[in-house]
Amino acid sequence: MSEAVVDTSVPAEQLYDCEVTYSRGEKVIHASRENYIATLKKAIDDSFTMCTDLTAVDFLTYASANRQLPSSVVGERFEIVLNLISLERRERLRLRVQIAEGEASLPTAFDLYPGTEAMEREVFDMFGIHFEGHPDPSRILMPEDWEGHPLRKDFSVGRIPVQFKGAPS
Amino acid sequence: MTSNLIAATPAATGEGPQEMRSRSELTAKEVLREVGSVLRMSEKDAAELTSSPVENDEEQTMIINMGPQHPSTHGVLRLMLELQGEKVLRCKPIIGYLHTGMEKQGEELTYMQGGTNVTRMDYASPLNNELVFSLAVEKLLGIDGDIPERATWMRMLLSELNRMSSHLLFMATNGMDMGAVSMMIYGWREREEVLRFFQKVTGLRMNHNFIRPGGLAADLPAGWRDDVLTILEGLPSRLAEYDVLMTNQPIWRERLQGVGVITAEEAVALGASGPILRSAGIAWDLRRDLPYLKYDEVEFDVIVGSFGDAFDRYAIRLNEIRESMKIVYQILDKMPSGDYRIQDKKVTPPPRARIDESMEALIHHFKIFTEGFKVPEGEVYVGIESPRGEIGCYIVSDGSPKPYRLHMRAPSFVNIQALPHMMRGGLIADAVAVISSVDPVLGEVDR
Repeated sequence: MSEAVVDTSVPAEQLYDCEVTYSRGEKVIHASRENYIATLKKAIDDSFTMCTDLTAVDFLTYASANRQLPSSVVGERFEIVLNLISLERRERLRLRVQIAEGEASLPTAFDLYPGTEAMEREVFDMFGIHFEGHPDPSRILMPEDWEGHPLRKDFSVGRIPVQFKGAPS
Repeated sequence: MTSNLIAATPAATGEGPQEMRSRSELTAKEVLREVGSVLRMSEKDAAELTSSPVENDEEQTMIINMGPQHPSTHGVLRLMLELQGEKVLRCKPIIGYLHTGMEKQGEELTYMQGGTNVTRMDYASPLNNELVFSLAVEKLLGIDGDIPERATWMRMLLSELNRMSSHLLFMATNGMDMGAVSMMIYGWREREEVLRFFQKVTGLRMNHNFIRPGGLAADLPAGWRDDVLTILEGLPSRLAEYDVLMTNQPIWRERLQGVGVITAEEAVALGASGPILRSAGIAWDLRRDLPYLKYDEVEFDVIVGSFGDAFDRYAIRLNEIRESMKIVYQILDKMPSGDYRIQDKKVTPPPRARIDESMEALIHHFKIFTEGFKVPEGEVYVGIESPRGEIGCYIVSDGSPKPYRLHMRAPSFVNIQALPHMMRGGLIADAVAVISSVDPVLGEVDR
């Protein structure tokens, strides 16, 4: 636990230098891809020492006008969502990062939150988003020679030939 | 191994093999993944660990598979272990054998049907899965403040009884893994009594789909109070037997104490939750720290360990059964009368009797079960304390009757990351104790 006393009176916008919104009463900060790691570092200093969840959303078929993003944030196809917890202040914080389809990669959060290792592998497996610097970027749930990323919206359900390693095709 | 081959001809979207590499290919980065970054170790120190403790290492060590079919891996968990004699040098869990695409399936099911999907994830505590899903949907609908009191207390009752049944299952499997085979029968016997109550209430022993957005599927049956009291009155003497059979028994203590140690700092860094986090001495229980339902109105203690070993995790679960019993007694006292689901036409189907007399009710009934109800746009994350740790539900809604994205934060999935760390340097026999003490449910790990 960090011993530095964090002044909670500083508004989150100023503290993180990001847009802050509230979704159903939950605090959400919108970091850009460039200052993603810097924002996470600030969150750790702000006592959010535990990352409970890291996942992604594919907004391919979602009308971007309805996405309820702050005006300065441009909605891209992919979005990485992190849920952080402050054990000291008993608070949750959500972080959303927009990632364009053409550059589907993000620096890994592994060095700051080692617990994101499996979650980042899952996001790569399911969405094909690369995490630069991840120590083991292999697939985690699907077979290692699987083609495609199942949770992408253009990966249709059903009528897909089941792929097994070594099976005659 | 084939890493060079795969690097040369990568599969269309793959990023290399999942399996553990042999020691000659071991890089400092790989070791860093296992221990380093948790301990904030420098890359130089990690590099020293790659060198083998013995000369001529390739002949002295071997990589073996434990699982996917192994009685003590609780399902289809496959561990690749590098052994030197009986010592575990490295470990890598390989998962995905039970992956059935439940999150993708969740996008195809309406909010009404979603409960049948999520309840199958953590099959040892299905009611907690349904609860977190329902809470998330209700928050999106904006009706989380309007759920009737009785529904909330009924949910707490079921959630706590489910915690007891899940921990009793742990007692059984943990005993079996450690060689106390009779314990398996005892744990199963007690769990069955709880499941019999669930069957009476929900109609099913498992996978209930009983807690639904808006409330519950039905009211408690007549005589439920006596049934709960029978369970509560029968358990203390059984738990005292467990103390004789296991807790106070020197062989049991020798077997578990000091095995699979994890420190508080490591547990937080790895995102571990539930009994693993508490065994390391961090008093973190979402029921107390971020209360949901009416947990702020009941008295209970958060059980905390001090050594972070397998024995602590066993003792925490044993005492959490006692705490859950304490909570259930209070729920029995406080259970209000009233409705068991919200009377909101939007999410609640009309009562059966109305369908016979009203055309509108029939149409409404038909529409709600075929089309489902629409949920306003937005995104929401709800986390609650399941027997295994924080189970979370993240839903993105696009305003249609189906979730645009449904993600479950599975506690076992995250807790399994702590396995390589807890096993390192231990004996292979202790590996079984470590897996057992994490109590993973593979249905939830792979989803």
